[in-house]
Amino acid sequence: MTAQDYNFAYLDEQTKRMIRRAILKGIAVPGYQVPFASREMPMPYGWGTGGVQVTAACLTPDDTLKVIDQGADDTTNAVSIRKFFQRTAGVAVTEATLDATIIQTRHRIPEAALTEGQILVYQVPIPEPLRFLEPRETETRKMHELEEYGLMHVKLYEDIARHGTIATAYAYPVKVEGRYVMDPSPIPKFDNPKLSGSPAIQLFGAGREQRIYAVPPYTHVVSLDFEDHPFVASKAPHDCDLCGAAESYLDEVITDDQGGRMFVCSDTDFCRTRREAGHVGHLGVPVQGGV
Amino acid sequence: MTAIDRNMHAETDQPLLAVQGLTKRYGGRIGCADVSFDLFPGEVLGIVGESGSGKSTLLSCLAGHLPPDQGRVIFDTAAGPRDTVTMAEAERRRMARTDWAFVHQNPRDGLRMGVSAGGNVGERLMAIGARHYGDIRAQAIDWLGRVEIAADRIDDRPRAFSGGMQQRLQIARNLVTGPRLVFMDEPTGGLDVSVQARLLDLLRGLVREMGLSAIIVTHDLAVVRLLADRLMVMKGGHVVEQGLTDQVLDDPQHAYTQLLVSSVLQV
Amino acid sequence: MYVAVKGGERAIDNAHAWLAEERRGDPAVADLSLAQIREQLALAVNRVMAEGSLYDPDLAALAIKQSRGDLIEAIFLIRAYRTTLPRLGASRPVETAQMAVIRRISATFKDLPGGQVLGPTFDYTHRLLDFKLAADGEVLPAATAPADMADVPHVTGFLNRDGLIEQQPTGNAVPPDLTREPMELPADRALRLQAITRGDEGFILSMAYSTQRGYGRTHAFVGELRIGTVAVEMDIPELGFAVNIGEVELTECETVNQFKGSKTEPPQFTRGYGLVFGQTERKAIAMSLVDRSLRWAELGEDYTGAPAQDEEFVLMHADNVQATGFLEHIKLPHYVDFQSELELVRRLRAEVFAAQEAAE
Repeated sequence: MTAQDYNFAYLDEQTKRMIRRAILKGIAVPGYQVPFASREMPMPYGWGTGGVQVTAACLTPDDTLKVIDQGADDTTNAVSIRKFFQRTAGVAVTEATLDATIIQTRHRIPEAALTEGQILVYQVPIPEPLRFLEPRETETRKMHELEEYGLMHVKLYEDIARHGTIATAYAYPVKVEGRYVMDPSPIPKFDNPKLSGSPAIQLFGAGREQRIYAVPPYTHVVSLDFEDHPFVASKAPHDCDLCGAAESYLDEVITDDQGGRMFVCSDTDFCRTRREAGHVGHLGVPVQGGV
Repeated sequence: MTAIDRNMHAETDQPLLAVQGLTKRYGGRIGCADVSFDLFPGEVLGIVGESGSGKSTLLSCLAGHLPPDQGRVIFDTAAGPRDTVTMAEAERRRMARTDWAFVHQNPRDGLRMGVSAGGNVGERLMAIGARHYGDIRAQAIDWLGRVEIAADRIDDRPRAFSGGMQQRLQIARNLVTGPRLVFMDEPTGGLDVSVQARLLDLLRGLVREMGLSAIIVTHDLAVVRLLADRLMVMKGGHVVEQGLTDQVLDDPQHAYTQLLVSSVLQV
Repeated sequence: MYVAVKGGERAIDNAHAWLAEERRGDPAVADLSLAQIREQLALAVNRVMAEGSLYDPDLAALAIKQSRGDLIEAIFLIRAYRTTLPRLGASRPVETAQMAVIRRISATFKDLPGGQVLGPTFDYTHRLLDFKLAADGEVLPAATAPADMADVPHVTGFLNRDGLIEQQPTGNAVPPDLTREPMELPADRALRLQAITRGDEGFILSMAYSTQRGYGRTHAFVGELRIGTVAVEMDIPELGFAVNIGEVELTECETVNQFKGSKTEPPQFTRGYGLVFGQTERKAIAMSLVDRSLRWAELGEDYTGAPAQDEEFVLMHADNVQATGFLEHIKLPHYVDFQSELELVRRLRAEVFAAQEAAE
């Protein structure tokens, strides 16, 4: 069977309708995990099948798709997923955040502010923020139903008691519109503030766990904390060595075995755009030709 | 104290808990059968009997841990009397973490063993919305003090505590939010005699000071002598005798109660 | 100057080309045909069909070839293909009492109507490597007998006539479909059986074995194990009657389990059930044990905390396609998460050292 033998964006229309219903329900109840009949996809569970199904259900032939993993467009899994949609949907693809109508992401929110009409699709490994406090699905669903979130704060309390600070660096739990506690997927907590009040639609797909949830545009999203230990969106105390950005999330790159290292933007499109606009970091060189 | 409290309820005349015809069977065997009683605010009811008498089954049914086959358990909620048996589970659980508390015989069943003492005490506070770390900690320290646990143990996990300390911690964890009704299942069971005495003393102090309403299941008559206003004696799933504690213990009417009383040392 | 790592796309293409070459192996050795796999590795084909939830021996053979013999990978290929197939309708329930059996044994009765048929089994073979197979694969034809066309009644039916075994509830309720609806817990028995029949053979085997060793013991006897083909019939609305659309090979196991009686039932035996595509005897027996173990609540038995009694534990971890995907996803880059942990550990360490210095 060749790629042309499959329906547009791989999934059949019935399945897409089922997923769209789940997405709409998710948007109607922000932060609530909607069960959906996740399909076996031609990539393994845990490798973005949830995000791929959500993207497939949202894609139209006029869309422009961007896929990132760890903030970068050229990581292997991002390449693989982008290729999948090029083959099965033939849609236009881009690396430019602002040109994309749908962005599928794993572990990051792009640095550039998103706009109305854009859809950000997150790949989610474990959608349940309470899972590592309570392994039972039947129990955690009840806890959400009853807003029994005391245990979540016990975990944060324990962090402060032991470390003096909340020792959760990624997948930092949030409360959506004052109701559901939600796992924002394993994004660094640096990205958490971008979840709140975004003009874009944010959709979360967990294929293996069969859950879809959503943060509609302009939704209030609060990172859990204590009044006297407020949430802080932290990052490495450096500037990007290539583009000089002070406010972007950085990857640490080991450059030799003498302890040499450099810090570069994890968002490759953001970094390139800045360099093309003439910004130069500590170890960077000016881009020839520019834009 | 009982007489004064009695007069006080006479004014409200509303039992905190009204139990009617509660029955639970396990296959052909009776767990408890046709149990009825009222518990008034500020009252402590002891349920005694040997193991297998149905007292633990009764407590589990009262506290909503086991669904009874028949009967009603009507609790005087903020919104008026409600049958907790037919109540939606969501509502019952909400009640279990606000109005009710449950002290298990084995502190391991009632504590989070992987969470510090402070976190254990703070959980109910956080569940009802406390969001100031310093305040939660201060309340936890206060409660640890009230159950005679040194403040410098606040960050230790219960694993590092003795059995008696674990049980005191469980009590603090349950009482911190001021529940209206406390269920206790053999709270002194499994402890050394000297440890038991200290715990009983502490419990008596808390019951007096807070005016707690409680239902205590035990096989130990010394426990009910010290804590309970009223007593229910169970045998084979049935209530064979009930009345004021002193009355039942000093002048038992039923043959089984007489046997029970005579078989233990007087306290 | 530092250059960010690029070329993910070319790396992937090259890796796939290399994989194709490795899959083929030494070109001097003849290529394996799908017919060879289908005919000579039939039990592997059966497992891939059972856990892939798709009855098609040729596709299963292709999947095994493509996956280089990695059966979980082959099951994954079949599942991913299956998901794209249109759903035209549902067959009538197959009638296993009318199975053309190639094997049928009962451990509870010495003889029974329809007889015991040992069939093509490894049982009672001596597990000695047969070096003749390394030389040539010629086999002498096995003895044959005319087929017996009579129905083969179920052993549990004999017990049922005497009221000695629990009644099987009957009804026309449409069972939930695991592949079309999200799994909702608690699951009913039909949904549990679906999940177990496509669950990983190794996992189901271990769960069943654990019940035999005392973790949720159910005292099971194999009331009956049968393997054979059944007709698949489908109602055609335009015709107004059912049409035979083919046949499938199935393995069915019914266990008879000890029981003491309950609130509403007098003492009687209970059942565990297993039904799996193909000749998949180990899986079918294991399935029936796990099914019975998961029925503790319905039968009013005690929950002892055994893994095989824990519906959520069994159902959420039985699927090897889900398990392998999630297990292997930790190979994917996690450097953003790791970076944030790195920052945190550095900060916490700095605070500890600062506190120590201040103390000195």
